[in-house]
Amino acid sequence: MSLAARIAMERPDFTVDITLDAADGEVVGLLGPNGSGKSTTLRCLAGLESPRSGNIIISGTVVEDSSGGVDLAPAQRSVGYVFQDYLLFPHLTVLDNVAFGPRARGVAKRDAEAAAQTWLERFEIADLADRKPGQLSGGQAQRVALARALVTDPDLLLLDEPLAALDAGTRASVRSVLRRHLSGVRGAVVLVTHDPLDAMVLADRVVVLEQGQVVQVGTPADVARRPASTYVAQLVGVNLLRGEAQDGLVSVGDAVVAVGDRRIAGPVIVAIRPEAISVHHQRPEGSARNTWPGRITSLEARGDLVRVEVDSVPPLAAIVTPGAVAELALHEGAEVWLSVKAVDLDVYPA
Amino acid sequence: MTSSPARARRVTPIPIGILAAIAVALLGIPLIGLVLRTPWSRLPDILTSPVATEALRLSLLCSVAATAVAIVLGIPLAWVLARAKVPGVPVVRALVTLPLVLPPVVGGVALLIAFGRRGLVGQYLYDWFGVQLPFSTAGVIIAEAFVAMPFLVITVEGALRSADPRFEEAAATLGASRWHILRRVTLPLIAPAIVAGAVLAWARALGEFGATITFAGNLPGVTQTMPLAVYAALDTDREVAFALSMILLAVSLAVLIALRDRYLRRGAS
Repeated sequence: MSLAARIAMERPDFTVDITLDAADGEVVGLLGPNGSGKSTTLRCLAGLESPRSGNIIISGTVVEDSSGGVDLAPAQRSVGYVFQDYLLFPHLTVLDNVAFGPRARGVAKRDAEAAAQTWLERFEIADLADRKPGQLSGGQAQRVALARALVTDPDLLLLDEPLAALDAGTRASVRSVLRRHLSGVRGAVVLVTHDPLDAMVLADRVVVLEQGQVVQVGTPADVARRPASTYVAQLVGVNLLRGEAQDGLVSVGDAVVAVGDRRIAGPVIVAIRPEAISVHHQRPEGSARNTWPGRITSLEARGDLVRVEVDSVPPLAAIVTPGAVAELALHEGAEVWLSVKAVDLDVYPA
Repeated sequence: MTSSPARARRVTPIPIGILAAIAVALLGIPLIGLVLRTPWSRLPDILTSPVATEALRLSLLCSVAATAVAIVLGIPLAWVLARAKVPGVPVVRALVTLPLVLPPVVGGVALLIAFGRRGLVGQYLYDWFGVQLPFSTAGVIIAEAFVAMPFLVITVEGALRSADPRFEEAAATLGASRWHILRRVTLPLIAPAIVAGAVLAWARALGEFGATITFAGNLPGVTQTMPLAVYAALDTDREVAFALSMILLAVSLAVLIALRDRYLRRGAS
């Protein structure tokens, strides 16, 4: 393992206790709401903060061992850090920013600049070399920050909310470029985000944090399909219903949901991806086994799509295209019917 | 706002207008008078006279040296005030701020008590090293540094406080040592404040009169800087005093313009 870490810390209202590992070339997404301890974890990995107790091994080097009294300074760890707002040095050009790491490690100016130039070319920003950070767009600044963190060839790359500083319009394109660049990184990558979509798109493996604890680990597809808790389901946008299954029917409170799987019985979790839910004006006819009436409580843009929350029993969220919103004249307060086919439900034991 | 159709009409009440006009006159008439009474035709002769050239030379030498002292000692002091977590920092800050409001002549008296020939420190300087600061050019530099350094310290401390410490964290994750971070990140980030503080300190040192004449006296060629030469010339040749004053006024204006255009508008680059 390129990274093996256990970090424990006291926070005012909860305790952080996280075990984390990552292989070379693997991108681990640390997903959780603000204040769940993920940024603290990242700072501990970089050595910017010291955990109360814990141990961190990066590529075989013990950089933190609270019982052994080891706590290496950031400069002594083979770590690259991309900060949320990138923190490019405003007084240096793009080239000098990227050359900063090698220069700080005693590399000759000419060699450091050559190395920086190589990374700028790799990230297709060589033409920005002479600019100051103030003259860059958010996406460009992110690439410079990534180049600056990678030029020293760290064993561990850390990214703190790499897309949070961007406006919604550029986020999607920057996200896909970042994904391409991260896939070429030699060392382990840990990225922190509160945006499930970032984690789903960028990470090979998602670690979900809640109140300083790991609540689920899995591939993005696993986590989205089988969220381990209501919290994770809310986070990844999946509808999650708890109920009792019997003969292909799951009773969820006052409602009954038909599921495809007749064999499953007892307490279950039903996961309904919001894209699987259709929205109608009238009670739909057809093959959909599950239909629910309700009133729209919120319409919210999610990238190119719109998330529709409905106060049906149980309350559900659907994802539709803006075209459908216009065609059906959806608005908050509108009476609608929702439908989902039984085969589109995921059921698994609670 | 000028395009707003419903722009409020603000009428200045007459008493306020009158008092403001008197204030402008109070500030402006003396300066206009100085310009009018400057003997422009004699100016080249006066400025090349020994008294003027010596005073100019001393003023430049001492103010630049005092500014250098303020930079070399003041930046570390500002760093400690902004960053060090040691008890007593508020007391030190009060001490640093005091010369800003202290009458300069009191500063001169205090310097005499400290560094005079029989002073607290001065007696040892004299007995052990034969150094005598009062009535020497070095004494002028010390008097000017005493008065001017707080300007630099206060300016730089403010900049250090408002500088984002995360830039230093970013540098640390890139492998930079503390010394490298200080040289390549912290100081460059506060460079505008250092320049602004140095210019303020220099201007203050250039105009220093009270502490200098009290501590260092008024010896032509040794301690007689421009302001002291102006004072002395008032008794002998008023036109010389006017001419030298005009030079100091021009320098002050230049400082004001330099600070406005380059350092008071932040983030222009």
